[in-house]
Amino acid sequence: MVTDEKLYSVLDGIQRPEIRQNSDSPSDEIEIATRGLNFFYGRQQALFDNNIDILRNRITAIIGPSGCGKSTHIRTYNRMHELYRDQHATGEIIMGGVNILSTEVDTIDLRRRIGMIFQKPSPFPMSIFDNVAYGLRVNYRLKGGELAERVEQALQRAALWNEVKDKLEEPGTALSGGQQQRLCIARSIAIEPEVLLMDEPASAIDPIATAKIEDLMFELKKNYTIVIVTHSMQQAARVSDYTAFFLNGHIVEYGVTKNLFTNPRMKQTQDYITGRFG
Amino acid sequence: MEPQPTNVERLTKVMELQPLGKRHLFNNIVKVVSSLGAALGLAALLWILFTVIHKGVGALNWNFFTALPTPPGIEGGGLGSAILGTLIMTALAAVIGIPLGMLAGIYLAEFGRGTKVATAVRFVTNILIGVPSIIIGVFVYTLVVAPSHTFSGYAGAIALAVIMLPVVVRTTEDMLSLVPNALREAGLALGTPHWRVILNIVFRAARNGLLTGVLLAVARVSGETAPLLFTALNSNYWLHSLHEPLANLTVTIFSFAMSPYADWKSMAWGASLLITASVLVLTIIARLVVRGRSKARS
Repeated sequence: MVTDEKLYSVLDGIQRPEIRQNSDSPSDEIEIATRGLNFFYGRQQALFDNNIDILRNRITAIIGPSGCGKSTHIRTYNRMHELYRDQHATGEIIMGGVNILSTEVDTIDLRRRIGMIFQKPSPFPMSIFDNVAYGLRVNYRLKGGELAERVEQALQRAALWNEVKDKLEEPGTALSGGQQQRLCIARSIAIEPEVLLMDEPASAIDPIATAKIEDLMFELKKNYTIVIVTHSMQQAARVSDYTAFFLNGHIVEYGVTKNLFTNPRMKQTQDYITGRFG
Repeated sequence: MEPQPTNVERLTKVMELQPLGKRHLFNNIVKVVSSLGAALGLAALLWILFTVIHKGVGALNWNFFTALPTPPGIEGGGLGSAILGTLIMTALAAVIGIPLGMLAGIYLAEFGRGTKVATAVRFVTNILIGVPSIIIGVFVYTLVVAPSHTFSGYAGAIALAVIMLPVVVRTTEDMLSLVPNALREAGLALGTPHWRVILNIVFRAARNGLLTGVLLAVARVSGETAPLLFTALNSNYWLHSLHEPLANLTVTIFSFAMSPYADWKSMAWGASLLITASVLVLTIIARLVVRGRSKARS
């Protein structure tokens, strides 16, 4: 049995996905790179020296047992943790050559570029139309007609348009859970972010709605870099190109999804994916 | 040596049940005592309502709402000026107290979360809620009445606003805190500035609670008497300026009810009925608002 300490010293250095099989595009560009990322809830450390390269226009899944820091990790990408006074991150998250954790980076601009879908669908208490129009109005100067067009486009891309086109003025909260989650996706992509973070987007909705959202992700990855945190290994295996396995705040293994699930390099990964713990 | 039974072996033994009769008995005792408590509270309320309606309804007529008070024994007197004065002071207090209170509540629930300043403000607010209203009357007397050398409608409104303030602060903070953080995060994640998230999303999600809380705060100050004794005092004449003593219902009740004249006493009952009915109507409106809105949403 390898001790944790030994294991992580082996893994010291930067986690790039191990591309062992014929990759569809070998010259993958890096969208986000974290370097020495640590995270603290008060004094308690939750992430330890996370180094990972997230590739552009790919779906990267983050898996691991509850409390391993999956959500915490992606919430640093748009600095969502800054809403809470006792949480802070150290290290670097590099996007477009800039460390986005730096106080010089404006969170309002950052969050426009990095959208986020949450575990629980969270429609705003307003109409379906206004839910999608909200982010557009806040971020862009649009002429009247263009706003409506953009809203329609976003709802279409989120595969929700046909279900809601006749009731755009009804409250967003009146939709079903799966529809609400697609409404949230429409709301996020309407403002044209570069990255889409999804924090267990399907954990609160039924399998049919989940399948719709997974189909949607394949469509979306043509234009966006997607990072999805998921409890479901089947989901990670189905949708993602790359998978990172987190344990106790450390990134244990990161690689091409198929390889990670069929031929993991680390014993802990093997134990997790075969259901021996977690 | 006999092997000691392991924990698991010990647990396989059948457990002895608590006697069922005893549990039913306790259940029934609690049921009866709590029902009695509820009945007592309800009885007191109904008694007050009945008395106020019974004695007050006779005083209500056209003159009651439009005329000035007359000397004892002279027909046709009313409380028009007092009704107007109470309305003006309550409205003015609301205009001062509600925005200030809401802003402080927003600070506590949103920007100041977890800071020492917020903890201090919250503590002071809770104390202010418990301060007897007569003390607030004396406070405003020293602050406004004494320097201006006159009782005034302004002073009365300020006293009522001070009483309203901590109630509105608390309600606002409580109602905003009930809005799940997920909604704030969803707003912020779209690149929305925090103030817009509060104004457009959090406030909208909390509006029923806020509206109810504000209406109840207004209802509460509309019945205050003690602080007005030190500030607005009272007047027997129509309003000329807010810079002089202002007629109001509650102080009128206080002086008329203590008078020996039957027609003044009857007028005081009428005023009591009017205030009680107004508070009731405000509360019912608050309830209807909540119900109407939540029905429209689901």
